[in-house]
Amino acid sequence: MTQDLSKQSNRLQEGGRIDRSKPLTFTYNGKQYKGFDGDTLASALLANGVDIIGRSFKYSRPRGIVAAGAEEPNAIMQIGSTEATQIPNVRATQQSLYAGLVASSTNGWPNVEMDLMGLVGKIGGKMMPPGFYYKTFMYPKSMWETYESYIRKAAGLGRAPKENDPDIYDKMNQHCDLLIVGAGPAGLMAALTAARSGARVIIADEQSEFGGSLLSSKEMLNGKPAAEWVKDVVQELSGFDDVLMLPNSQVNGYHDHNFLTIQQHCTDQFADRAPNGQIAQRLHRVRAKWVVLATGAHERPLVYGNNDVPGCMVANAVSTYINRYGVAPGKDLVLMTSNDNAYRAALDWHDAGRNVVAIVDSRKNPQGTFVDAARDRGISIIVGSGVIEAHGSKRVSGVSIAPLNDAGDAVVGPIIKMAADTVATSGGWSPVIHLSCHTGARPVWNDEILGFTPGATYQKQLTAGAINGAFSTAQALSEGVKVASDALSQLGLAKSDVALPETEVVEEGKAMALFHIPHTKPTSKAPKQFVDYQNDVTAAGIELACREGFESIEHVKRYTAMGFGTDQGKLGNINGMAIAAKMLNQTIPQTGTTIFRPNYTPVTFGAIAGRDCGELFDPERYTAMHAWHVEHGAKFEDVGQWKRAWYYPKGNETMQQALDRECLATRKSVGILDASTLGKIDIQGKDAREFLGRVYTNAWAKLPVGKCRYGLMCGEDGMVFDDGVTSCLAENHFLMTTTSGGAARVLSWLEIYHQTEWPELEVYFNSVTDHWSTMTISGPNSRKLLEKLTDYDVSKENMAFMDWKPMTVAGVPARVFRISFTGELSFEINVQANYGLHVWKALFEHGEEFNLTPYGTETMHILRAEKGFIIAGQDTDGSVHPFDLGMSWAVSMQKPFSFIGKRGMQREDCVRENRKQLVGLKTIDPKAVLPEGAQGVLDPKAPVPMPMVGHVTSSYWSANLNRSVAMGFVKGGLNKMGERVFYPLADGRVIEAEICSPVFLDPKGERQNV
Amino acid sequence: MFHIYCPHCCEYREEEEFHAAGQSHIARPLDPDACTDKEWGEYMYFRANPRGIHHELWVHAAGCRKFFNITRNTQTYEIKEVYKVGEKPSVVADEAK
Ligand SMILES: [Zn+2]
Repeated sequence: MTQDLSKQSNRLQEGGRIDRSKPLTFTYNGKQYKGFDGDTLASALLANGVDIIGRSFKYSRPRGIVAAGAEEPNAIMQIGSTEATQIPNVRATQQSLYAGLVASSTNGWPNVEMDLMGLVGKIGGKMMPPGFYYKTFMYPKSMWETYESYIRKAAGLGRAPKENDPDIYDKMNQHCDLLIVGAGPAGLMAALTAARSGARVIIADEQSEFGGSLLSSKEMLNGKPAAEWVKDVVQELSGFDDVLMLPNSQVNGYHDHNFLTIQQHCTDQFADRAPNGQIAQRLHRVRAKWVVLATGAHERPLVYGNNDVPGCMVANAVSTYINRYGVAPGKDLVLMTSNDNAYRAALDWHDAGRNVVAIVDSRKNPQGTFVDAARDRGISIIVGSGVIEAHGSKRVSGVSIAPLNDAGDAVVGPIIKMAADTVATSGGWSPVIHLSCHTGARPVWNDEILGFTPGATYQKQLTAGAINGAFSTAQALSEGVKVASDALSQLGLAKSDVALPETEVVEEGKAMALFHIPHTKPTSKAPKQFVDYQNDVTAAGIELACREGFESIEHVKRYTAMGFGTDQGKLGNINGMAIAAKMLNQTIPQTGTTIFRPNYTPVTFGAIAGRDCGELFDPERYTAMHAWHVEHGAKFEDVGQWKRAWYYPKGNETMQQALDRECLATRKSVGILDASTLGKIDIQGKDAREFLGRVYTNAWAKLPVGKCRYGLMCGEDGMVFDDGVTSCLAENHFLMTTTSGGAARVLSWLEIYHQTEWPELEVYFNSVTDHWSTMTISGPNSRKLLEKLTDYDVSKENMAFMDWKPMTVAGVPARVFRISFTGELSFEINVQANYGLHVWKALFEHGEEFNLTPYGTETMHILRAEKGFIIAGQDTDGSVHPFDLGMSWAVSMQKPFSFIGKRGMQREDCVRENRKQLVGLKTIDPKAVLPEGAQGVLDPKAPVPMPMVGHVTSSYWSANLNRSVAMGFVKGGLNKMGERVFYPLADGRVIEAEICSPVFLDPKGERQNV
Repeated sequence: MFHIYCPHCCEYREEEEFHAAGQSHIARPLDPDACTDKEWGEYMYFRANPRGIHHELWVHAAGCRKFFNITRNTQTYEIKEVYKVGEKPSVVADEAK
């Protein structure tokens, strides 16, 4: 079958791992193209002869595809056919092609082909020398704001979708004996060894297929093409139940204690939107007993003039496009290299039927298997030379080649020019050490391989293959077996036999340490020599930074922005360090090292969020009566994770109208509050009473069974942090209530003191918050209402204020507490939680004649403020002790044990005069409601900044009193009763208030004592 | 993210189940009222911040709710040992030996 390849001008007639019987149509920058199943977006673009895939950040220079993997700095795409499925910052080299894929250039506005930005870009370039963020835009700030949006738009950092992502993402927790990162020869061999020995193995690789470098090489293993060996190993591995194979999966983070995160692309490698019900991406959270990093190496390009013109690539990428994808990304190749290995690119190019113009080798006398192979093919080799400059603008048109001195840092002869459309370069290989750095290991420079290898680690981590500088396939395979064996013996597993496949013998000559190709002009005057493509950092920029006095590579990086792109400088960092080292007259290891942090490549927010979004973002807690509140139109507020009824508007009532009605009805007849969210802690044990005496500020020794008492809880500093009522259920049995938001903290507080300070006390704590439904009926008719539902005698004589009694309410067993947070006659009815709704409804059945009115948290706040009752956390803020609150009645300094907070509240600063104290604030204009948080001053005419004396903590409109009520702190306020304080507001008004008792209603407590 | 062995559950669990509760072995003075303000201030606020070996109190908050001690290297994040409240660490910093 012959395919129409007319549009795919660079597609080879045969070869590669693509399926020519499955053509795929895709759209790039609004134009339709064809590729094949098995292509990446990058290989398909190259097949179609698309040279320019973006424009550069600062200089707006056209850029092309440089690499074939995760290290690609230029081909950064926006993917997505609809607004909702937009994914920014996808590297075209890592995106599998699928039918209907829609991609556009991230860099380059308005159009990558037309240089509409050119003029502006050039201006931008001049305005952006190294350190331009600091030099140009920091002052004045307004300039930065002007430039920033413009630069962002022009440079194109990708954009988030404006609509909700319709896809599902999830997370999975994994445990394994061995996590192998990378499925090249080393990783596959390690996996095979471990799997045959019965270990639980996860092997992950970022590519769509396992095999790594073997997929794009022409090597033979056991006398067969390497890809066949890969196929056999993959097949065997897939037969093990305990082996999880994850292609399309990037191990992005290596965290402490061998915890690693893997981003698996499940469907976004073959569909714009996940087919119904499938997961688009999955984040695997892996706890591995041992980790094998077999992450390979990235080839380093050489730095030379105009090395960013489309057509300039790294050598290995050329081989990959030819061998794996059947794409020759040009016609006439010049290869520049400092080593033998890169010769393979020229051999592959030649064997694909294309013209190798020349191999330019910086070494005087290259010798080795690949060099011989090139000579055998009649390829011209120009030794002792370098490509000092590429020519062309939208595509390479030729090169300038010049002889170099032995050190490779000066041009020593005449320039020759040659025509070519592609320049492939190699300065050697940089091990992919990124993950090994994530846990803090410092990479170590290795002069032998001219690269950094992983440093010493505290993790249970092993490394195999090219990451160690073991660049040959034979070395990688044997290191794979070795690390697996080491891990197996650590795991106590017996190692099964594995035979190493036979490899071809390759002789390679010594590579030359070369990073930066000199030009006839000084670097600052030479054509731009790019080090970091993504951030447009040039050799001249790094030299300038060094001349300006930056000596630490970390400072040079920040000053020039080298390595700060989404590619984290995978290609450029070591070249940049070499240039800085030379400038500073140091070696590379003296200059410093390069550290990488998670994540290895950008991770979508979808994968990070997983299912923890929308209604699953945070758990919501509902009381047993929640459905009733919803049915009756309640508005809710969040209290911790609780959804509490806030108020119950009727008809068109405003919030204030509803609150006024609820407040009046409660004080006039009876209201009801769902108080189930209050924290409840069951406390038992023979020392329970002693324990209470130590954690509360007041006395508990004599509280009889059947009685309730209010208590304040303080920290060791004497400051109030929670309050509540605790009831004596039996001699060694108490029920403590806490604020709704403070329950967990209080329980933990009790536990830590019991477990670490007083383990000799026999006492036990258990949270029973969810076991009980609590409803408070409050108001003068609350007793009459309760009497309708119980036969128990709830008269004043039999059930006094602060008593609790067990009884039957609405046919179910209940604990009823006569406590009050409103100052009215109140009964707090507690029933087993699943009876809550039944009792609640029964109360309403009998409550009609009393106009029983449900009220929410807001009315509760108003009613308690009318009575001057505090809310811990609203009227306290961790800086006030009980005396500041005017609550000395709740502190017993005479208790034998020095309770928590006692010593703290006696410190010098706690007993001084003029502390801020909580007082009532009666506005002179009764209609004026102070804003909470307003700051008080004694003299509103004082010059700004006025001395402030304290803030308003609680303030409401009281329908019952037909005026505002408020509480707040005033310096020395308890001794200033009757004096005036002023609250200047942002709108210019000044509200005047009189300092008074916080108890605005029923100061004698007659309403609750009936 | 740490992998922590709870000495009460006798299992390794994820850090998410635990909360850190500060430096270990800060005993509450037996007679607080006899403490000077300075002594009380030391007890309440002053904590070590070593680079290296550190003894920390943790609680298995989403597990058994028990507090226990961890000896941890704050530089490498290695957990050297866990031990129960009331027990003494066996791994201590060099200067403490
Ligand atoms: Zn536990």
